[in-house]
Amino acid sequence: MDFLLQPWPWYITGPMISLILFLLYYLGKSFGVSSNLETLCALGGAGTFLEYFKFDWRKNSWNLVFILGAVIGGFISVQWLTPSAAVVLNPQTIQDLSTIGFENAGANYLPSEIFGLDAIFSLKGFLILLGGGLFVGFGARYAGGCTSGHAIVGLSNLELPSLISVIGFFIGGLIMTWVLIPILF
Amino acid sequence: MKHLKFLLVGLLFGIILSKGEVISWYRIYEMFKFQSFHMYGVIGSAIFIGIFLMILFKKGIIKTYLGENIRVAPKRKGFTRNIVGGTIFGLGWALAGACPGPMFILLGRGAIAMSIVILGALLGAFLYHAVKNKLPH
Repeated sequence: MDFLLQPWPWYITGPMISLILFLLYYLGKSFGVSSNLETLCALGGAGTFLEYFKFDWRKNSWNLVFILGAVIGGFISVQWLTPSAAVVLNPQTIQDLSTIGFENAGANYLPSEIFGLDAIFSLKGFLILLGGGLFVGFGARYAGGCTSGHAIVGLSNLELPSLISVIGFFIGGLIMTWVLIPILF
Repeated sequence: MKHLKFLLVGLLFGIILSKGEVISWYRIYEMFKFQSFHMYGVIGSAIFIGIFLMILFKKGIIKTYLGENIRVAPKRKGFTRNIVGGTIFGLGWALAGACPGPMFILLGRGAIAMSIVILGALLGAFLYHAVKNKLPH
């Protein structure tokens, strides 16, 4: 039980993600979360505006149920399985964040400077959250996959397009982390 | 409900990514700062085992629960779409600290701000299909 309540090290978490990959293919499906974004658009009536979204969302309903399960999994873990949401960070990371105005780095899963109520209800904070999501959604569908479909499944399957995409993930991530975040905050 | 099994797998997925702290903004930040091995270990070990799973799928040693062969759909080829799409994705991933799965898991953990991120992601997916004919692939 003690193990369940501690944060899991990478060598437990990674193989457990492979287990998810195995289960989804064993059940006759695939592992790719970002396609749900398109299914949700279709479900929400985006077909009224764009021909592409006129597909029948029901054929992907299993994936929506999967992501609904993930929401419930998040709820269960915050209620009963993560008594402390503190994240142990490298002192250098804490110092780097402090210089751009992020206090108490690692006190919780998410920094209040981006995700707190003050941030949500400020114009800048709102635009950062909306813009971050917009880039994720646009980029994932442009590249044809996200961390699950490209980084995990694609690289496991030795796919060249996935390797190129993951290199792109890093180009974008490095630009944001090293150049843009210090300017934005 | 015929989809109950997917609800359970999703539930497990949500717990795994929570327990592994993969859903923490800080874990993504430190990954791009090269200040921790955690995320590299998580993704690397998942791929390492994934490679063996793919071989077992292809050789037909692991089949679906119905006994059918498992076929993993190939990714679409094209340098531009993957490098540009990937870079745009990376910009958002590092800013929001969440890729599509963790967005939903964090929402379940009560992070209300994630509803704005998810709204943005839906808008982004919609926008891509609105302009894709004008984009290089």
